This record gives sequence, C-alpha cells and structure tokens, in this order.
Amino acid sequence: MTAGGEHRGDAVDVRGLPSYAFGQGSLMWWSTMGLMLIEGTVFAIGVMMYFYLRGVASAWPFDAAPPALRWGTLNTAILLLSLWPNQMAKRAAERQDRVRTRRWLAVCVVFAVIFLAVRALEFMTLNVSWHVNAYGSAIWLLLGLHTTHLITDTIDTAVLAVLLFTGPFEGKRFVDVSENALYWYFVVGSWLPIYAVIYLAPLA
Amino acid sequence: MSAAPPLLDGPQADAQVLQALRATWSDPPGWLGSLRAIDHKTIARRFIVATFVFFLLGGVLALAMRLQLARPGLRLVSPELYNQLFTMHGTTMMFLFAVPVMQAVAMYLVPLMIGARSVAFPRMNAFAFWVFVMGGAFLYAGFAVGSGPNTGWFSYVPLASSDYAPGKGVDIWAQMITFTELSALLVAIVLITTIFKMRAPGMTLVRMPLFVWATLVTQFMVLFAMPSVMLGSTALILDRLVGTHFYNPARGGDVLLWQHLFWFFGHPEVYLIFIPPLGFISSIIATFARRPVFGYTAIVLALIATAFLAFGLWVHHMFATNLPEVGKAFFTAASLAIAVPSAVQIFCWIATLWSGRLDFKTPLYFVLAFFVILVAGGMTGLMLASVSLDLQVHDTYFVVAHLHYVLLGGAVFPLFGAIYYWFPKITGRMLGETLGRWHFWLFFVGFNVAFFPMHLLGLHGMPRRVWSYSPGLGWDGMNMTSTVGAFAIAASMAVFLMNVATSLRRGRSAPDDPWGAGTLEWRTPSPPPPHNFDALPVVHGREPLWMQPAQPSHVAGLAADAREVLVTSAWAAQPESRPLFPKPSAWPFLGALATTVLFIGSVYTPWAVVWGALPVTIALIGWFWPGRKETEQALALEKFP
Repeated sequence: MTAGGEHRGDAVDVRGLPSYAFGQGSLMWWSTMGLMLIEGTVFAIGVMMYFYLRGVASAWPFDAAPPALRWGTLNTAILLLSLWPNQMAKRAAERQDRVRTRRWLAVCVVFAVIFLAVRALEFMTLNVSWHVNAYGSAIWLLLGLHTTHLITDTIDTAVLAVLLFTGPFEGKRFVDVSENALYWYFVVGSWLPIYAVIYLAPLA
Repeated sequence: MSAAPPLLDGPQADAQVLQALRATWSDPPGWLGSLRAIDHKTIARRFIVATFVFFLLGGVLALAMRLQLARPGLRLVSPELYNQLFTMHGTTMMFLFAVPVMQAVAMYLVPLMIGARSVAFPRMNAFAFWVFVMGGAFLYAGFAVGSGPNTGWFSYVPLASSDYAPGKGVDIWAQMITFTELSALLVAIVLITTIFKMRAPGMTLVRMPLFVWATLVTQFMVLFAMPSVMLGSTALILDRLVGTHFYNPARGGDVLLWQHLFWFFGHPEVYLIFIPPLGFISSIIATFARRPVFGYTAIVLALIATAFLAFGLWVHHMFATNLPEVGKAFFTAASLAIAVPSAVQIFCWIATLWSGRLDFKTPLYFVLAFFVILVAGGMTGLMLASVSLDLQVHDTYFVVAHLHYVLLGGAVFPLFGAIYYWFPKITGRMLGETLGRWHFWLFFVGFNVAFFPMHLLGLHGMPRRVWSYSPGLGWDGMNMTSTVGAFAIAASMAVFLMNVATSLRRGRSAPDDPWGAGTLEWRTPSPPPPHNFDALPVVHGREPLWMQPAQPSHVAGLAADAREVLVTSAWAAQPESRPLFPKPSAWPFLGALATTVLFIGSVYTPWAVVWGALPVTIALIGWFWPGRKETEQALALEKFP
C-alpha cells in the first residue's frame, strides 16, 4: 500500500511526492468535473423545458419565424475550431512549457472574443424576443445560459493568460491551464445539442 | 535555498514541529481576522449555529400559527400575515435549516473522519457559508419590512405570478433560492472532492465510515437536484421582472412546468435531508451497540439505491393534476419501491442493536425515536403513494402530519442525536445527560401530541394552509391538543439551549473518545487542534480505533510551517501528491458580499445583473491572483510530477 511515499520505520514518508499533479491526481480536475455535472444538468433541464413547452404548444415555433441559421452556424464552426488552440495550450501545459502555453492561451482568448462578437449577432437574428411568448423565452434562456458560460470562461482564460505573462508563476498553474481547456471542451460539447435545439428543432 | 532544515511532521515530531503546525493552520485572530477564517471547523461551527438560529426562527413562526389555530375563529394574526407565516416557516425549515445543516455537520466531521487536515477548497467553503448567511438574512429582512413571501414554500404558479402575488415577496423568495442553492452546490463540490481525494492512506472506499458514504451520496444528489430548482426559480423571477412567459398559458407557457421543475428538485430534497441522518444513525448505533454495523455493503448499496430512486418520485406530489393515469401508476410503483432500500437499512440496524451490548445514552434515545417516528411517517407515505388515497387527503392536514413525521423523525431526531454525540468533539465539553433526557422526552411526547392529531384532522377534512376555521366542525379539540404539543416542543428546545449553555460554561470536559467509538475523529483531542492531526493516520480497517495497531501507523514528511496536505488516489487512497493549500483570506467574504449585491439588486432591476457582475468579477480575480510571498513559499516546496 506504499505505492506513493516511502516506508520509513513506523511511518509512510511522503516528502518525496510531487507538489502537484495533472488529471485525476489534481483536486481541480474533480471540481471541474463537478461543475460540468452541474452545468450539464442545467443545460439538460433547459432543453427539457423547451421540449415541454413545445409539447403543450399548438404550433411551433409559436407565432414567430425560425431563427436565421447564418450566425449560429458560423459560430458553431468557430467554436469547433477553438478546440485546436485549447488542445495545443493543454498539451504545452502538460509538457510544462510556459512560453508555448501562454502563446496558445492568447490564441484561445482571441477565438473566444470573436465568438462572443458573433454571438451578439446571433441574439439579433433569433426572430423573436423573450417577452413575446414562451417559445421566445425558452430560446433566449438557452442562448443566454450558454453565453454566460462563454463569458465566464473567456474571463478565466484571459486572467490565466495574463498571469502566465506577468507572474508570479508556479508549476501548478500548468494544471489550471489543463483544467481550463477541459472546461472549454465542455462548453463546446454542450453547445452542439443546444445549437440543434435552437436552430434545427424549429425546422423539423 | 534556506539553510535551516525543513520542518516536517511525523509520529516522532518534536514540540517545535507541533507548535509550527498549530501556528500554520490557525485562523487569523481578532474581529477582522474572523472574516478571513477558512478552517473547515470554524466555518462549519458558524454554519451549524446559523442553521440553528434559522431553525429557532422557523419554530417561532410555527408557534404563532399554532396559537392562531388553537381555537376556532381566532384573530391573532391577519390572513395575509398567516400566509407569510406558513411560507416563511416552510421555506426556513427546508432551505435554511434542514438541507444546509446536514452539509454543515458533514463539513465539520468529514475531514476528521477520513484523517485529513482540511476540506478541499477551504476558501470556496468559506464563500459558500457567507453566501448562505446573506441569502437567509435577505429573506428575513424582507419579512421584517413586510415583504415576506406568501405563496407557500413551493410557491406554485399562477399564484406566485405577478398578477396574483404583486410586491417583492416572491422575488425575494426566488433569489433566496439562488443564494442557498449556490451555497449548497459549492459545498457539494467541496465535500465530493474531499472525500475522493483526501482520505488518509489505506482508507479505501470500502473502509470509509458509513457517515462519509451517506455524505458522498447526498452531495451527488445535490449536483443533480439543485439545478432544477435554480432554473425554475430563475424562470419565475424572469416571468415576474422582465416579462418572459414560461408559466403564462396565455402566451404559450404552462403552469405545471413549475411543478415539474420544483418537485424534480423537491422530492430528492427530502432525501438530501434524510440520507445524512442515516449516516448519523450508523455512527451512533455502532458506538452504543459496541460493535461494527451489521451489513456494511448492504447499507452502502441501499444508500445508492435510495439516491437513484429518489429522482423517480417527483410526480407523486402532482397526483391531483391532469397528468396521464399510466404515468401516475409508474410513480406509485417507484414510490413504493423506495421503501425497499430504506427497509434494508432499518433491518441492518436492528440486527446491529440486537447483537450488540446496548449502552443507553442520550444519542441512542434520539436514534431509537427515529425508528418509531420515521416508520410511522413511512407508513403514511405508502398510503399517500397510492393515487386514489392521495386524491382524498390531498392538501389536508394528513399531508402536514406525514411530512412532519418523515422530516422530524427522519432528520431532526437523529440530528439531535448527532449533536449529543459529537458535541464533546466540537466543543470539548460533554452535554448533560439529565437535561438530555428531559429534552428527549419533552420533544418526543410533544412531537406526537402536536402532529399525531393532524392525521385525524386531515381525515376529517381540515385543509392545510387555512387561516382559521368555524366552530362545530369537530376540529376544535384536536387543534387545541396540537397547539399544546407545539409548546411542549418549544419547551424541549428551551431545555436543549439551557443544556448547551450550561455545558459550555461548566460542563464536564470531554476526553478524546468519550463514547469508546471506533472512527478516526475520536483519535484527535476534543476539540481538535487547527491542524486536526499531529501526524496523519494510516488506516488498516473500518474502525481504526477498535483494531490492533498495525504498521505503518502514520504519515510523515509534510511541511509543518506551510499548509501542505496529502492527496491520495480516489479508490485505494494511496499517497499521490502533497499540494500547498491557500492561507486565510478576506476574498471569500468580499466575493460573497459582491454576489449578494448582485442578487439583491436583481430583484429591483434586471440591470443589476450587468453592473453587479463587475464587482463579482473583480473579487474573483482578486481571490485567484497569487501573492508574491505565497508564490515564494510554494516554489520552495515545489516538486514537479
């Protein structure tokens, strides 16, 4: 049972253990997973609210044209592309290469900012307002929830990038970068079903 | 870098090391320092006290209601105030007492039970506490200035919509939900991470105390249940403040959507309240029967099964709506099925008690009361699970009786048992046994006198939530009896408070292990030092204190002059790393203050969500940004993986 730590007399000596670890070894990984479970449940319930309201509605979309596809689809492409700089930042972080990590993080921030700009256009082309009817309320809620996640993760990424340029720096920041990328994957992964609900479901 | 040899802990550590450990892990002194405290014991103590204050406030509201109902036709309170009283009572007991108190007790005990020096994310833990307190204070501030919610603790629409509930009461209620659920979700993440990654070496998952299992299962339920009510109450406040139509049938919304969202949280919530006490009971029974609990594996599996089934019951709160009958039949079956894992646990405990040598102390009394009261409540639960019977007694005092039997029997009695059991550990003083018996018997008798007649009142047709009733309906005597019982409960609480007060002042001081228990929290002094354990233990079985000492017995080599902790693997608890934990900080408090401004502001203008986000962001960045000195210390201890 002393796989980690040395057996020394009556005690397991742990002074030789590393002071941080990646993946499952890190407490941050567990809290990120917990956050993803919570947020995943939020999104799932949001989608269920949408279909529940659709189930009781006489027509759908209710009294409105379906959302324009252009900006939402473009944004999906941008979001999928943003996986690449995040993966590069994660890989550089796990190799503990500070210079490459911060460079890729900066690219991530640029992607996120472009995405948020296009997101504003998305809101403008939903073809319905939240206060018109329950259909409008449901899609504004879904898009609003997802946008909130994007904004917070953009701020996270930006703060982390700045810290990697300015310091004070220590090795466990690499773990933060790795977990930050993981959370971004979640934000991207959860977008795909939400995209389908907001943009494709009204067409069916 | 430094010439002095590093100060490391271990079983052979000298006084200098122990002194350093104590200084390192202490919370800062003084009034301002208390706002920066992050020790899980300090935060949990405050959390427990806060929830008990809310419990007493909720009790006072109940007494006011019982006085109003004592005789027919009384006019002690107005109908409007009565509506606020039962809404505040239910809301307080469910959201500000029953769920958070269980998390608060776990926050105190879990690190001690698993042999850790802290919870994971101690600052987030402190933040969760402050958010909780500020949310509860907000609700009561609203009530005090006449803006109390008045739509019942489950706040059904359309009653809770702006058409029928004008004013700010329901908005305040909805944001109180946001406060308390945010707090509960953060504590859940703290506890899950602590339990999976910070157990002492050798404490595999199947050696964890049953209380820790109960806590783990409960926190996962929190993750899946709370989002539903947060989303539901957000949609409610959006409907009320910015004109969305989620619950407005005139514009394509639906009122039953609220009921689904609320009860998809609300039913699991009952088990959030009920499962942690199952852990208390397993701890108390093992100690006072002086043997390990019979059927450890069966109990763990039953806990997990209960958690799963709890998510399949919510529609049984909605049998009086126009849902399809086939669906209702499914939920009847699920509601009956959950009796199975509950019974498995009860039989395991009976077997433990049967084969043990019983030591009748106050904690055991409270646990034995659980068997009587919870089983009675469970029986009426089985009755209510049947659609036909449920329709007859829906919205009557029968339901009020049922829910109080389940919640007080299932949660509050074991909770008091737990208080008597762990009070010596937390305060270093024993609670008085004589006053403990007085407390117990007054509470037990008072409870039954107060709530048993409500079964009959319900069967006789008295609806719940009525402000008053006419004489001659045959309800007078039973209502009076119930009021007398309520005051007996109040008297029992007075005895309890007296017991606590006298014990704190001049109670018998508690040894490390006053009850002869077997789990790790009893290995530390009472009360535990700031660092919990002088040397972290190595675990070789489920009841380490009842076992022969085995080698190796302790962990050595963690820094004594820095907040180093040991992280172990999730399943087998093998040492993995020794990260440095953060120091006390005012940021959690400031962050909670900023969050409070945002939430309260949003009740008055939606723009508060925009401008209120700025101070929250600043506080969170300030919280995250590392200081030079901390980074230097971290670099000195750093070792790459």
